[in-house]
Amino acid sequence: HSTSEIIILKAAEFKKTKIDYTGTEPSSPCNKCLNVSWDSTPPCTCTINFTLEHAFESNVFMYYGLSNFYQNHRRYVKSRDDSQLNGDNSSLLNPSKECEPYRTNEDKPIAPCGAIANSMFNDTLELYRIDNDTRTPITLIKKGIAWWTDKNVKFRNPTGDGNNLTALFQGTTKPVNWPKPVYMLDSEPDNNGFINEDFIVWMRTAALPTFRKLYRLIERKNNFQPTLQAGKYSLDIAYNYPVHSFDGRKRMILSTISWMGGKNPFLGIAYITVGSICFFLGVVLLFIHHKYGNRNTSADIPN
Amino acid sequence: MGFLICLKHIYPGYFLSVVVIRVLSFQSSVFAFRAKFRCLAHGIIWLSASISVISSYPISFEMKYTFWNFVPKNLFEQFRRIANFYFLIIFLVQLIIDTPTSPVTSGLPLLFVITVTAIKQGYEDWLRHKADNAINHCPVHFIQHGKLVRKQSQKLRVGDIVMVKENETFPCDLIFLSSSRGDGTCFVTTTGLDGESSQKTYYAVQDTKAFHNEQEIDALHATIECEQPQPDLYKPLGSENLLLRGATLKNTEKIFGVAIYTGMETKMALNYQSKSQKRSAVEKSMNVFLVVYLGILVSKAVINTVLKYAWQSDPFRDEPWYNQKTEPEKKRNLFLQAFTDFLAFMVLFNYIIPVSMYVTVEMQKFLGSYFLAWDEEMFDEGTGEGPLVNTSDLNEELGQIEYVFTDKTGTLTENNMEFVECCIEGHVYIPHVICNVSSLMSLTHGPQNREELFFRALCLCHTVQVKDDDSVDGLEKDEVPRKPCVYISSSPDEVALVEGIQRLGYTFLRLKENYMEILNRENNIEKFELLEVFSFDSVRRRMSVIVRSPTGDIFLFCKGADSSIFPRVKEGKIDQVRSRVQRNAVEGLRTLCVAYKKLSAEEYSDVQELLQGAKLALQERDKKLAEVYEQIETDFILLGATAVEDRLQEKAADTIEALQKAGIKVWVLTGDKMETAAATCYACKLFRRNTQILELTTKKIEEQSLHDVLFDLNKTVIRQNGSLTRDTFSGLSADTQDYGLIIDGAALSLIMKPRYDGSSGNYREIFLNICRNCTAVLCCRMAPLQKAQIVKLIKLSKERPITLAIGDGANDVSMILEAHVGIGVIGKEGRQAARNSDYAIPKFKHLKKMLLVHGHFYYIRISELVQYFFYKNVCFIFPQFLYQFFCGFSQQTLYDTAYLTLYNISFTSLPILLYSLMEQHVSPETLKREPSLDVAKNALLRWHAFVYWTFLGVFDAVVFFFGAYFLLNNTVVTSNGQIFGNWTFGTVVFTVLVFTVTFKLAIDTHYWTWINHFVIWGSLVFYIVFSLLWGGITWPFLNYQRMYYVFMQMLSSGPAWLGIILLITVSLLPDVLKKVLCRELWPTATERIQVNNLFHCEVRHFLYYKCLIT
Repeated sequence: HSTSEIIILKAAEFKKTKIDYTGTEPSSPCNKCLNVSWDSTPPCTCTINFTLEHAFESNVFMYYGLSNFYQNHRRYVKSRDDSQLNGDNSSLLNPSKECEPYRTNEDKPIAPCGAIANSMFNDTLELYRIDNDTRTPITLIKKGIAWWTDKNVKFRNPTGDGNNLTALFQGTTKPVNWPKPVYMLDSEPDNNGFINEDFIVWMRTAALPTFRKLYRLIERKNNFQPTLQAGKYSLDIAYNYPVHSFDGRKRMILSTISWMGGKNPFLGIAYITVGSICFFLGVVLLFIHHKYGNRNTSADIPN
Repeated sequence: MGFLICLKHIYPGYFLSVVVIRVLSFQSSVFAFRAKFRCLAHGIIWLSASISVISSYPISFEMKYTFWNFVPKNLFEQFRRIANFYFLIIFLVQLIIDTPTSPVTSGLPLLFVITVTAIKQGYEDWLRHKADNAINHCPVHFIQHGKLVRKQSQKLRVGDIVMVKENETFPCDLIFLSSSRGDGTCFVTTTGLDGESSQKTYYAVQDTKAFHNEQEIDALHATIECEQPQPDLYKPLGSENLLLRGATLKNTEKIFGVAIYTGMETKMALNYQSKSQKRSAVEKSMNVFLVVYLGILVSKAVINTVLKYAWQSDPFRDEPWYNQKTEPEKKRNLFLQAFTDFLAFMVLFNYIIPVSMYVTVEMQKFLGSYFLAWDEEMFDEGTGEGPLVNTSDLNEELGQIEYVFTDKTGTLTENNMEFVECCIEGHVYIPHVICNVSSLMSLTHGPQNREELFFRALCLCHTVQVKDDDSVDGLEKDEVPRKPCVYISSSPDEVALVEGIQRLGYTFLRLKENYMEILNRENNIEKFELLEVFSFDSVRRRMSVIVRSPTGDIFLFCKGADSSIFPRVKEGKIDQVRSRVQRNAVEGLRTLCVAYKKLSAEEYSDVQELLQGAKLALQERDKKLAEVYEQIETDFILLGATAVEDRLQEKAADTIEALQKAGIKVWVLTGDKMETAAATCYACKLFRRNTQILELTTKKIEEQSLHDVLFDLNKTVIRQNGSLTRDTFSGLSADTQDYGLIIDGAALSLIMKPRYDGSSGNYREIFLNICRNCTAVLCCRMAPLQKAQIVKLIKLSKERPITLAIGDGANDVSMILEAHVGIGVIGKEGRQAARNSDYAIPKFKHLKKMLLVHGHFYYIRISELVQYFFYKNVCFIFPQFLYQFFCGFSQQTLYDTAYLTLYNISFTSLPILLYSLMEQHVSPETLKREPSLDVAKNALLRWHAFVYWTFLGVFDAVVFFFGAYFLLNNTVVTSNGQIFGNWTFGTVVFTVLVFTVTFKLAIDTHYWTWINHFVIWGSLVFYIVFSLLWGGITWPFLNYQRMYYVFMQMLSSGPAWLGIILLITVSLLPDVLKKVLCRELWPTATERIQVNNLFHCEVRHFLYYKCLIT
């Protein structure tokens, strides 16, 4: 059972913190934002303070989690146009029927079309370390959160003359719920438009109604201090994404990861259980075989 | 009903006569229709009424298609099959409504199946067309305007006069008008019709046999009255002038005939009519399972639809802000919406009834039947014949047989008759002992006259022909050929008798121009004029001839079964002959009695009159003839009896023993008399020395009433049954008493006869109960129809046992058709039985391997095939069902379209097909040695097996789904922190699924060849390669790229690997555990044998190593 032990040991090293910032409880700082709508300007902001008991030694991964959100609903899953997202110019202006009712707005094609894109997660999370009442922002890296193949092959901006995304998306309109068009998602050109990694991450639909998605990376700076020291932190949230209407919840998760991925007690327990059952059955069967097996073979040999 | 042809009125030279072809309906005397053929000036016949005499010549009646109607008609035919129709509906639903899976997923497999079937049927039909054209265009000689014309045979019309030359095949059923032979006869072989190679003599119609050339024939005007076409080839008709299509003219230069039945209405064509479809027990249970699964499917869809609407009664679930409906969807009527949802769920789960199962089963049966046909052990060197498979639908039924009904003569015995002795007036003559004539003479004590008559009777009273290869007809040869004659007859008994008599000094030379020539002991030729032949039939069980001796006396010679002769004898040494006959019968010899009577000229003319009257009768001709025969064949003087030996076929006893050991009850059904049959039964170990014989015969019933006999016998067997609980494993354990029942035809008909007080059912039940408790049953004196009756009786008894009938002769056809499986022995009495059977084998001994090895294998193969198919589709679909609970019952599929489509077609199709072709769970030798009973009564497809497989499937599906759920829910399984989506989730489940069901099959496989390894591991490799490729590029023709890099990403995750391995192990665990436990604690017979083999193997290895060491 060495595998299981390794898995268990590995699991023990994992560090994980989960902050629910939905704000359903009246005491929660985010309670005021509970009933925000999409386009409230300025955005409702709230701050949640929390304490890390242990330091996070290796790279830390920051996730947002949603629950009761059916990204796997059939009407939702199919509501996208992969060739539009792949930069196909004709699909850009004439998106697939599957995108209905998020296909066109005021007779202009929506880019990116479909329910998935339209409902893209748009809360902004920022992390600060509080050290003697000074808030030190923690650098959150927003690249490397999407699959490499998605970012480089599956998702592409439309092509045309020049690199001006605004011009390339000419003739299209933004998704209804978005405050800004797709070509203004980010200031960096290689993270803008369809190849914006936040967008790509969102577009990979989750298998189950409670899911998490990678939001940011926190890299370990040097070997002398942990990525996140134990201590006080605060999470600043620009609360834009309404989940209260469908009883949803929002979480922010900080986690370290090994080569085996994040903390997953299931595998370890399952391996130990199955291993023990197999061992037990082996012993029982050996016993049965000794007791009954010989009888069968010797009794019925012809001649 | 006899077939009746008579040329009634001949008006030669009459200028404008009317030819009426009257067709009688054979059930009643009502004329079915009347058509008039008007004979114009030169004998051109034209139809004046529309008459459905089909002129063209299609030999095949299953030929359905023309070039134009092929596609629509074939599609229509195919979609009439319930399974195809179901898939078509699913496909159409997918086209019409918005369903979770694309129409391609069900359209592609359906298209594949339909195309393959259409190609197969089209090809078969094309072959038939080709064969037809070949026949339709083959030239036929017509007489027209007094001249010979060559035309294509499809131009043939009823009423045309046709000329056929030697070695040509008759193009239609003809009335034989005249022959080039002076005596108005011709010789015909019916090899093409029924396989009998003997030449039969046909006689031209008396009134027309003088018309020898075209002009004369053309001047002929006549009326023909004939029956409606009917298929019976073998009715002993007054048909010596009806030449059947398919037969070949021999030894005759040419003949003229008039066509009466053409094309579809010829007897040959009518005989091709397809037999009623037999369906195997496996197929029936398969259909039951299908219905069960259809029920499961519908209930799954209903459950999900109801839950869906319950769940989304909260509007924020039905239509949350992030997932709005389109306008038309919002407006849709709720009930319509619900119905659409129901259909969508049906579509989502429809794979639980796999279209590919039908294809695989068909292929398995078709390809599997070659294993039988190719079996070298079942090839008979002597005849150069191997087994024939006429239908592959019943392969697995061979392993399910519980009752074997076998014919005796030609099946259990060689049907290679040898004359053993004859008994004349109580004196015994044995040709083997007395070879030369003088010593025979010295032995004769009886009255010379009777002895002479006896030999002459045997020489004359038969239908044997002499095979004359070189002696051309018409050439008068004064010198009598001295070479030994070669005799041909449809009955081997007759040949044996004539040959035996030859050894006793009397040689039958030939039948020429109605004179039979005999070479007697003094080497003188005696010529007897053959006046009448009352041919043999199985009801009368005798035949007679009336001859005029050279001295002018008229004799009637009769030979037949003792039971039919003795009651008609008025003088002769009956007692001596009878005792000898009985003694011979006990030894298993076939006995015949010979009697004669002398007719005066007046008596003969009376006889002639009677016969003529009967022969000309239009209705019930057979019955009338039989009455006349009955009237004439009386007051015999007994001459003696003959005994002919029919040796047992090799290994017949061994075969019967093996069948009985396998728990199969063997019944012998024969027309022979009780003593002969019983002797054969002892010889072939059907009855053993310690078998207690119960008799249910006419004799016994005469002593007691049927009622008492039945109840006595019943009591006997029940007492036995009550005192000892029988070991179900071996029906032959030494301490139980075996019973053998002998019943004869008369007693059987008494039992079967319906009674007005309704007690017949009761008798039948008692009779069945007795039979059930007997290891062996012998039914003697059976008429062919009674054989079928017995089979039907057992078939329909309350256990519904699977029956098999095996026989070689035309008299076995009815039972072969009646039984679940009919087997023909390719025998001497023609191919009639083999042609009507489902399988044909060269020898009885081959039955052993066929049932115990092939049948057994076929059964375990197909039952595993059926169960496995349902299992793997439960594994496949049940996770989808579970997934609905997590995706808001939105019919979201778990797997990608490609996986949905290819799962049954390619990832998991070949291993099971190969398993179902190759699997041998124990070696054939072992099965032959120790026939196992594990498969009896459809054991592997019983409900408990079905439920076990289904639950195994459900368990595995639960493991796959929740395994993947706990593995991937809310966790990160990659080393770079990235997240997997729903398609990866589905791919993990699917990967575990494909590996598990393939490994499950590998666990079940006992017989590994390189090809098994290739296909099983090859399928898995193919799955991986396909997945890599499918996710490896963005496919330009797809409007979605959801699988892009999903499989590779999954493989790059360590926990996914560990999880997949874990889930496969857990899924396989219960089945392995069950196998091991059952094997150790409650081993089946098969498993004991397997263990024994292994043990022997180990012992052998041990000894071998010991040898090496010392």
